[in-house]
Amino acid sequence: MENRLRVLRAERSWSQQDLAEKLEVSRQSVNAIETGKYDPSLPLAFRIAELFGLAIEEIFVSPARHSSRAI
Amino acid sequence: MTLRTASWKRYNWRVIWLSLAYAVALIGAVYTFKHHLVGPPFAYLVAILPALPVIGLFAAIGRYLVEEQDEYVRMLMVRQTLWASGFALSAATVVGFLQNFALIEPIDGYWIVVVWYFGLGVGGIANKLTLGAAGC
Repeated sequence: MENRLRVLRAERSWSQQDLAEKLEVSRQSVNAIETGKYDPSLPLAFRIAELFGLAIEEIFVSPARHSSRAI
Repeated sequence: MTLRTASWKRYNWRVIWLSLAYAVALIGAVYTFKHHLVGPPFAYLVAILPALPVIGLFAAIGRYLVEEQDEYVRMLMVRQTLWASGFALSAATVVGFLQNFALIEPIDGYWIVVVWYFGLGVGGIANKLTLGAAGC
């Protein structure tokens, strides 16, 4: 799933490891989510959103919306 | 998989202890049978003793999947076990037919465990190939 995680992390000058520690997940998890290879569960998506003080949809792009834009 | 979560470390310790238990049980069973120290029905019990730690290894993987808090790491392991199961079942099917048509000698059934663990390695490679840096 497309997302703005890398941008949000970069704005705060956090490394993947920094973000992983704040979320209490592995660095590989952050990498997989950032690159769109893994879609986080709803609880983890909420944790990410709360960490950045944003709504989930401000971080993650809805696949339906993304595909309709492509059309 | 090279990730080092707390549950992964616990899993590794369980594997080490179960491997030691397997070695002790196997050596004990071989010694017991070699020296004809037991007969039925205890012979059955001694014969399956080495199998118990091996079964424990599967239980350890199950427990690891329950304990792992990192959902992505857990998913990687689930994918590996699926690969291992597919790999082992496929190998067992092929070997079964080869044996059926008397093209190879019968193979002891417990080798399927070795094949399954080899399949875990195949699953790890599959994770790496499909997920890149995030796959290990």
